[in-house]
Amino acid sequence: MATGADEAIIKVRDLVVGFGSHVVLDRLSLDVKAGEILGFVGASGSGKTVLMRTIIGLIPRRSGRIEVQGRDLQTATEEERQTIERRWGILFQQGALFSSLTVRENLQMPMREHLHLPQRLMDDIAHAKLAMVGLTPRDAEKMPAELSGGMTKRVALARALALDPEILFLDEPTSGLDPISAGDFDALIRTLQQTLGFTVFMVTHDLESLRSVCDRIAVLADGDIAAIGTLTDMMASGHPWVRSYFRGRRGKALQLGSASRD
Amino acid sequence: MSGAQLTLHSRTDDRIELVAAGAWTAAQANALDAEVAGALRLVKRGSGVTLDVTDVSQLDTYGAWLLERLGRETRSHGGTCIVRGLSERFSGLVAAVHEVPDVVVASARPWSPLSAVARIGQSTEALAQNLANGLNLLGAVGRALVMAVMRPRTFRATSLVHHLDRVAWQAVPIILLITFLIGGIIAQQGFFHFRKFGADLYVVDMVGILVVREIGVLLVAIMVAGRSGSSYTAELGSMKMREEIDAIRTMGLDPVSVLILPRILALVIALPALTFLGVMAALYGGGLVAWLYGDMAPAIYAERLREAVTLTHFRVGMIKAPFMAMVIGIVACAEGLKVQGSAASLGQRTTSSVVKSIFLVIVLDGIFAIYFSAIGM
Repeated sequence: MATGADEAIIKVRDLVVGFGSHVVLDRLSLDVKAGEILGFVGASGSGKTVLMRTIIGLIPRRSGRIEVQGRDLQTATEEERQTIERRWGILFQQGALFSSLTVRENLQMPMREHLHLPQRLMDDIAHAKLAMVGLTPRDAEKMPAELSGGMTKRVALARALALDPEILFLDEPTSGLDPISAGDFDALIRTLQQTLGFTVFMVTHDLESLRSVCDRIAVLADGDIAAIGTLTDMMASGHPWVRSYFRGRRGKALQLGSASRD
Repeated sequence: MSGAQLTLHSRTDDRIELVAAGAWTAAQANALDAEVAGALRLVKRGSGVTLDVTDVSQLDTYGAWLLERLGRETRSHGGTCIVRGLSERFSGLVAAVHEVPDVVVASARPWSPLSAVARIGQSTEALAQNLANGLNLLGAVGRALVMAVMRPRTFRATSLVHHLDRVAWQAVPIILLITFLIGGIIAQQGFFHFRKFGADLYVVDMVGILVVREIGVLLVAIMVAGRSGSSYTAELGSMKMREEIDAIRTMGLDPVSVLILPRILALVIALPALTFLGVMAALYGGGLVAWLYGDMAPAIYAERLREAVTLTHFRVGMIKAPFMAMVIGIVACAEGLKVQGSAASLGQRTTSSVVKSIFLVIVLDGIFAIYFSAIGM
């Protein structure tokens, strides 16, 4: 985990992704630095989730290079691929918990597949992870269908963290949560990131998360990165979409909020 | 990646000193687990542990938890654990793991002879519950039907036609093929064995009566249960999982009349039609085998069939079809509505829908056989 602070852990170069005649990402380039929390915003349907799914290898690309920790998944051997996949955790928008397994079994699934550990240690680690995301041991034996929306997100986060990943991908982690729960979830991600020291790639629409959690923000528009930088850079940006996003009516509230905080 | 070790540095009567080094990470967790367990065996009641972690190069939750376990177990023996040389960058993680509450693992319930008896009771209760459920749904469908007759405009005719297309029209090719083959096989077996007695002509009686009275309708009902019953269960089940059925209810609509009545009506219309087609295909298959394998001219086959198969046989076969359709539809829809949130539950319900409806179709066929012989049909 001891990588240089400014080293790019994910390097995307000239990425083109499309479906049929529709080109979603057009020669996109992006660096994610090790140890940062990168917030990723863009209009609905602009391809944020597509980019995330392409980086983790779920959607094929037309051209371009994606390097994760210096390795391109497309040219990597099966073994290298598994090593990379062990080092990232993914929180899907709907949680994607395995509905036929209990919460504890969901958490232990990646451990069982990748590590050979005694059952007792796996139980302890699962409980530790649950405690870290703010759930009690009593929740461990529940089925995913019995969980509320907020709990589902927390369990999914715990599962994404099961192998102590170095990169965490979050797809709209706070969508569908009330502002208080969303705030708690943001704080949780921040705390865990500081404790465990992973890199976060977060697709979000939540202006509040962008303000409170993210080190840098990237804006996706017209298939390419329109702007990248800190929140202050975004506020000063001249790009029309960025301007209306951060300085529109909802953005104004954000400005007021940050002004009163400072 | 370097290995990880936990070594014994020194040992006095009331204190042991351990040195942890290397990468205390998930990859090493299995080996470390054993080392920690070994070290814990050295810890005597009341003795303390000093742990030097200066040389730990990497630490993740797994490593931190193992260190934490060492501390917890030492304390539970009444000793103290002192950690030395913890690097600043690991302190947050160690503190986070330290806050994890102790878990009392609930032991599995012990097996007792009574539990087997209890399980019999539970399944009996479930059986009664199932029956009540089915009857309940039958009543609801009847009520929806009456409502539809009284107010025809509320009836979902489009849905009925759509389901008719799926369960009747699209099922025609496979039903024709299977029944054609079965008719041929029965005839072939008949000729093969009856020939020894010179009873070739009676093969036609056997094929005709067997197919028209029993095999035709039974075979088609089983095929429909497997093909359409299962799809009803899966559809309704996934609609239940995605809260679509709740949405229908909150719009002031009755899920039974919107979803279930058209489906069951489609089956009730489709099964007799399919049975008729199936019976014809089976008789045709039998005739073809009689001609090619049994050296019986088609004219003789047709003539013999006309004598052997009376209208009564045909009626007995056809009357059963709508009832069987009803059973398949009710079972399939009731199972669909029982689906819970998980994917496994959807699979279970679909399986149980097919198994139950085939079983009930055969039971129903038996009851009809007793009934028809009692009234002399």
